[in-house]
Amino acid sequence: MKNEHTENNPLISVRGLEVYFAARSGFFSSLVSRKTSMVRAVDGLDFELGRGEILCLAGESGSGKTTTGKAILRLLEPTGGEVFFKGEDMNTFNRSRLRRFRQEAQIIFQDPFESLNPRQTVFSTVAEPLEVNHLTRDRSEKEERVAEALVDAGLNNPRELFMRYPHELSGGQRQRLAIAGALVLKPDFIVADEPVSMLDLSIRAGILKLMVDLRDDKGISYLFITHDLSLAWLISDRIAVMYLGKIVELGSADDVIKTPLHPYTKALVSVIPVPKRVSLIGKTLLEGETPDPVNIPSGCRFHPRCPEAQPRCSLEEPVYREVNLKHFGACHFI
Amino acid sequence: MRLLEVDNLTTYYKLKDGYVRACENISLHLERGEAIGLVGESASGKTTAALSLIKLLPDNAHVMAGSIKIEGRDIAGATEEELRHIRWKDIAIIFQGAMNALNPVRRVGDQIVEALRIHEKLSEKDAGRRTAELFEQVEIDSDRVREYPHEFSGGMRQRVMIAMAIACNPKIIIGDEPTTALDVMVQAQVLQLLETLRREREMGMILITHDLSVVGETCDRVAVMYAGQIVEDGPTEKVFEAPSHPYTRALITAFPNIEGERYLAASIPGDPPNLLSPPGGCRFHERCSEVSELCRNEAPEITDLSPGHRAMCHLLQRKVKVK
Repeated sequence: MKNEHTENNPLISVRGLEVYFAARSGFFSSLVSRKTSMVRAVDGLDFELGRGEILCLAGESGSGKTTTGKAILRLLEPTGGEVFFKGEDMNTFNRSRLRRFRQEAQIIFQDPFESLNPRQTVFSTVAEPLEVNHLTRDRSEKEERVAEALVDAGLNNPRELFMRYPHELSGGQRQRLAIAGALVLKPDFIVADEPVSMLDLSIRAGILKLMVDLRDDKGISYLFITHDLSLAWLISDRIAVMYLGKIVELGSADDVIKTPLHPYTKALVSVIPVPKRVSLIGKTLLEGETPDPVNIPSGCRFHPRCPEAQPRCSLEEPVYREVNLKHFGACHFI
Repeated sequence: MRLLEVDNLTTYYKLKDGYVRACENISLHLERGEAIGLVGESASGKTTAALSLIKLLPDNAHVMAGSIKIEGRDIAGATEEELRHIRWKDIAIIFQGAMNALNPVRRVGDQIVEALRIHEKLSEKDAGRRTAELFEQVEIDSDRVREYPHEFSGGMRQRVMIAMAIACNPKIIIGDEPTTALDVMVQAQVLQLLETLRREREMGMILITHDLSVVGETCDRVAVMYAGQIVEDGPTEKVFEAPSHPYTRALITAFPNIEGERYLAASIPGDPPNLLSPPGGCRFHERCSEVSELCRNEAPEITDLSPGHRAMCHLLQRKVKVK
């Protein structure tokens, strides 16, 4: 895989990104208390995405990985921090620049059964982004672009598929159609939110291969969101592991998986299955589940579940720093 | 005597345009304390096969053939009344979506108490005590019996489902994708709990999953299903080390192995066949990289490879014949 990402000229750089939501409270408690609690879904992220890079945001549910993806795409308004796209501060984007940005950046969702409109044909699904942006002059040009996007997404004989509906396609074809819908605008950047987790194993590899090929051929950069660390390792150049809205570790895919620094990453890596008979009996697992992001623990937010926690961890938040060359972590004891 | 012996189980679904041949000639056996994984992609027939065992099938399903014996007793012809008994005390099932399987408007404890009162004929008080014990066994604080399903996290709800499944001391537990929607760490916790309970209670377990990795962590043996048939079965180590059916091989290659090399495996071309009219010959031939003329015309027979390890592929038969 490629590794020479132009470091001084990243496609995206994220500085202190924060996304808070007001927690929903019941009617009664809203009468007796004026305090609204905040869900700190994304709580200060710093990272860069190189051109042509695949960066994985990995974490369990509630870690804030999807929120991060949406905030970068401005599908959600960030509470704080900056995102630079091609060197431009996105906070300064006006409507027309944001409109242009929406052509340059795309998203692929997890479930191709839900993300596609069942009443739209293949053609109109893929043609819609072109129409919205007035990008084609006539019907034949539109057909040309749609056919091209379908082929790019690995759907051969595109013109035969034009009039089909999503239910006539298989799961793999549907996800390819969703990808074609993203590719038709020729984006530089795609947020892929668990793009293969609904797909059967035999179909998965084809979709992953397609995404890597698109990176290699067209230089598309990906923010690949997944809960599956072995998949992250397989597909990405670098992995950022998130826990409760923060990155706890970031490094090259091999560094993070083969020599994890943070106790949370270590725990996650220890439960990655391998194709062998390995019993779970006697294996030390993390206890409990990710806590509610309304009540984020003090100090290091991982300390209540950390097997290596010390008194200091509950008092002082660890600094996120470069521990080894290009391998970052946030823990007092690494 | 074997705990469970299934021979040539065949279940079809009747539709307007014919029969969906969801599972055909499924043969399985299970010893006490043993776990077998039934692995396959969506629509491979794994759930149909397992639900056929306790006849929890929709009305249009027909068990066409086969025998099912629990400790030698044939239950294929069991009446509805007998089945009700078999379902909790012989075979219990853990479903995938605990939120859908639990009644949202009843306290979780009461749902277990009800089962205990009906099936074990316990008094209200004894059933309550047993429920508290069951909660402890699945590592939930027994005070939580009075809570409602929505007050539990996903992992905790799945533990409640396990408590319910083991309430009547079943001999066999069927787990239908019991950890699929859970986070990785919680999944490991639940699987660890299941394995501990299985060993303590010497239960047999049938784990239905699309995820080969779960099998490596929990099952002694594995049966790989494709298009309604078992294409390979054997001890888990054997199947992982020496997968013999091209489909099994492709599945194992598609599995990212962090101890091995980092590369993207080729995917299996095409899609699983429509079981209303499955392809002739070997059902995998349209997607197989090693297909020959024979595969298109003739269905392969099951070939014994080593004790307990079998696969259904023409290539293997040829190899055996040459020897």
